[in-house]
Amino acid sequence: MGVLGEIGRRARVAATWFTQPLLPDDLLGTLNPLWSSREPHARVVGLRRETADTTTLLLRTGPGRPRHRPGQFVGVGTRLDGVWHWRTYSVTSCPGDPLLAVTVTALPGGTVSGALAHGTPVGTLLRIGPPAGEFVLPEPVPEKLLFLTAGSGITPVMGMLRDLAATRPEALSGAVLVHCDRTPSDLVFGPELRDLAATTGLTLVERHTAVRGRLTPDNLTDDVPDWAARQAWACGPAAMIDAFTEHWARAGDPTALHVELFTPPVPVATDATGGRVSFTTSGIETDAAPGTPLMVAGEAAGALLPNGCRMGICHTCVGRLRSGAVRDLRTGDLHDTPGEPVRTCVSGAAGDVEIEL
Amino acid sequence: MATQTFGPSMTPSAAAHLTEEQVEALGAELDAIRAEVVGSLGEADARYIHRVIAVQRGLEVGGRGALIFSLFPPAWVAGTAALSVAKILDNMEIGHNVLHGQWDWMRDPKIHSTTWEWDHASPAASWKKSHNYEHHTFTNIRGKDRDLGYSIMRITPEQEWKPADLFQPLVNLGLSMIFEWGIAIYDVEFEKVKNGTKPWPQAKGELMGLWRKARRQLAKDYVLFPLLSGPGFLSTVAANATANVVRNMWSHAVIFCGHFPDGVETFEEERLDGETKGQWYVRQMLGSANLSGGKLFHLMTGNLSHQIEHHLFPDVPSNRYAEIAPKVQEICKRYGLPYTTGSLPRQYGKVLRKITRLAFPGGGPKQPAPAPARLPVPAGRKPSAAVRLAS
Repeated sequence: MGVLGEIGRRARVAATWFTQPLLPDDLLGTLNPLWSSREPHARVVGLRRETADTTTLLLRTGPGRPRHRPGQFVGVGTRLDGVWHWRTYSVTSCPGDPLLAVTVTALPGGTVSGALAHGTPVGTLLRIGPPAGEFVLPEPVPEKLLFLTAGSGITPVMGMLRDLAATRPEALSGAVLVHCDRTPSDLVFGPELRDLAATTGLTLVERHTAVRGRLTPDNLTDDVPDWAARQAWACGPAAMIDAFTEHWARAGDPTALHVELFTPPVPVATDATGGRVSFTTSGIETDAAPGTPLMVAGEAAGALLPNGCRMGICHTCVGRLRSGAVRDLRTGDLHDTPGEPVRTCVSGAAGDVEIEL
Repeated sequence: MATQTFGPSMTPSAAAHLTEEQVEALGAELDAIRAEVVGSLGEADARYIHRVIAVQRGLEVGGRGALIFSLFPPAWVAGTAALSVAKILDNMEIGHNVLHGQWDWMRDPKIHSTTWEWDHASPAASWKKSHNYEHHTFTNIRGKDRDLGYSIMRITPEQEWKPADLFQPLVNLGLSMIFEWGIAIYDVEFEKVKNGTKPWPQAKGELMGLWRKARRQLAKDYVLFPLLSGPGFLSTVAANATANVVRNMWSHAVIFCGHFPDGVETFEEERLDGETKGQWYVRQMLGSANLSGGKLFHLMTGNLSHQIEHHLFPDVPSNRYAEIAPKVQEICKRYGLPYTTGSLPRQYGKVLRKITRLAFPGGGPKQPAPAPARLPVPAGRKPSAAVRLAS
C-alpha cells in the first residue's frame, strides 16, 4: 500500500466521523447497492436458459469484486417475500470476464433454486459472497486431465474448461470429460461442450443415463480405459462421488481424485428431538433435551449467555446458527439456514447444533 | 437520586372482574392476532422499512447539506427542519423498532437488532437491555419498571412523596429538552450503584462505553459539520442543537403519553409471581395508552402512537400496528377493559397535570379503595397473581 492507499484509508476514517453511527459505505449502498463493499450486491443483467431447469444468471457486480479461481463457488443471496436466503453456486464465467456468471439448477421442491432459475428477471438485485472452494486446478495444469460430472455437477468444471480454452487451449488436448444426464436435451452446456471438443481436442463422452444407465466405477473403464493414469476432477451427486472415492482408494491413486460434493439439506425429524448443543464463542457443549430451550441447556452447563425476557419478545438472546437446525418451541417452525439469528430462549435443538454465542 | 419506595395500591384494577378462564381466552385471541400478522409478513413490509430508511438518509444528507450554508436564513430553516425530521425518524420509526427485533425476520444483516446503531446518545446495546428487557418485561410494575418516572420523578401516587418532588414540573421540562442524555445516563442505573446493588466498576465501564459513543455524536453535531460551514460555524451549531432539542421534546412527549396519562394502571411486584401469558397481556394493555392521529403522525411517533399494540407485540413490525389496533380495541370492549386513547395535546395535557399534582403529597383517589392485603412476602412461594386478579 503506497502513499495513495494511506491517504485513501485516512479519508475513509475521516468520512466515518461525518457519517457515524452509519458508515460511508451504508450511504453509498443506499444510493446504489452495487457501490457497497461491505454488503456486496450484484444486479442480474442477462439470463441464459441452458436447459428446462437450468439457468445462467449474468451479474454486474460492484467495482471491488474479488477475483475467483475457476471451479470455485460464490454465495448468492436473494430476497424472497422479504426474507434473505443464501445458497452457493459455481461460477461459470472466466476470472477476467466483465460479468460474473453463476449457473443455477432448480432442484425438485427447492424454493430458492427454483426462484433463482425461473423467477429472477433481469434487473433483480442479489447479494453476493466472496469466492470460495478448493475444487480448482493446480498450477501448472496436469497433462492428462479427466473430468467426471453428472447433472449440474458440470458447472464448476465448465468454469475450468472455459478458462483453459481461453488462456491455454493446448491443456485441453488429450483431456477427457464424461458428462452424464438423462437425455441429450437435459445435458447442461451440451452444444458448447460439443464445440469445445471439436476445436480443442477435448474428448467429450456424453452419457445419457436414460439409455445407458448411471456412470459407475465398473463401467468407467468402458468410457475411459486409462482413467488410472489421469488426474481426475469429479462433481455430482453424493452417491456418485462416494463410489468414485472408494474406487480410487481401492484401485487407483487416491491423491489423483479431486471431488466436489453437492450437499443437499440433510432432512431432520419433524419433532423437537433435542441434541448436542455447541456454543462456539464460549466453547461450551452440552446435551439439550427435547423441548428444552437452548438457553436453559447452555446455562445449566455454565455458559454465560445473553438473556432478557426469556419469552421470545426482547431479542436480547439472539445468536447466529452456525450449523444444524433448531425448532421454535412456540410455533414448531424449523430453522436450519446457517447464519440465521436464533432466539435461544424459545428455540430447542433439532439434532446437533452449533450457535455462535 | 434515592431508591424509590412505594406504598400499597390505591385503586382496584380495571381487570378485577375477569375470571382466570377469561384472561386465558383473551390471551389466546391475542396470540391468534399475532400469528396471523407474523404469518403474512412479506415483500411489501420489507419494501416499507427500506423506503423509510432511504427517506431518513435522504433527509439527513439534504438537511446537513443545506446547513453548510446556514448563514443564509432559508437554508437554516429548511436544513434544521429536515435534520429534525431525520433524527426523529432515525430514533423512532427506525432505531427503536429495529432494535426491538421487529425486522429480524428479514435476515438482513444491515437491518437487524444485533447490528443496528442509531443517532442517539445511548449505545444500542445498553438501550436494548434497559428498554427491551426491563421496561417491556416488567411494564408498569412499581419498583421493577424503572421507566415509571425514570427514577427521578413521582409519576404514581403510590410512590412516596419527597420534598424534591416539588420541582418535578421543572425537572420534566428540563428532561424533555435533553431527553436522549437523560435516557443514556439513566441506563447506567446510578440509583442502583448508590444503594449497593450494582458495583461501581460495572457502572464505570458502561459510562466509558457511553462516552465512546457520545463523543462521536457531539463531535459530529457540534464540531465537524459546523466546521464545514466555515463562517457559519455558530449558526450550524445552533441549527444542530435545535434539531436535537426538537427530537428530544417530541420523543419525550410521545413516550410520556404512552404510560403516564390518566387511565393507565401500575402494578405491584407480587403480580409477576406465576404470571401467565394471558395476565401478562392484560398488564400490557392496562399499562399503556395510545395516541390518535393520521398516517404521517403515526410514522413520526415511530408508531408508538399504537403503544398498546406495541406493548402486546413488541417485535411485530410497526407498520402493522394500525391494522391490529381495531381488533385489539374490539377485544378490550368485549372483555370490558379500558382502551385508553386520545390526541397528543389532550393526553400530554393529562400527563402534565398529573406531574404537577404529584409534585405535592398525596394525589391518590379521593376515596381510597380498600387496598389488597400486602402480605409480608417470603422468598419462597407467594400467592398467585391469578387469585388477586380474579378476586
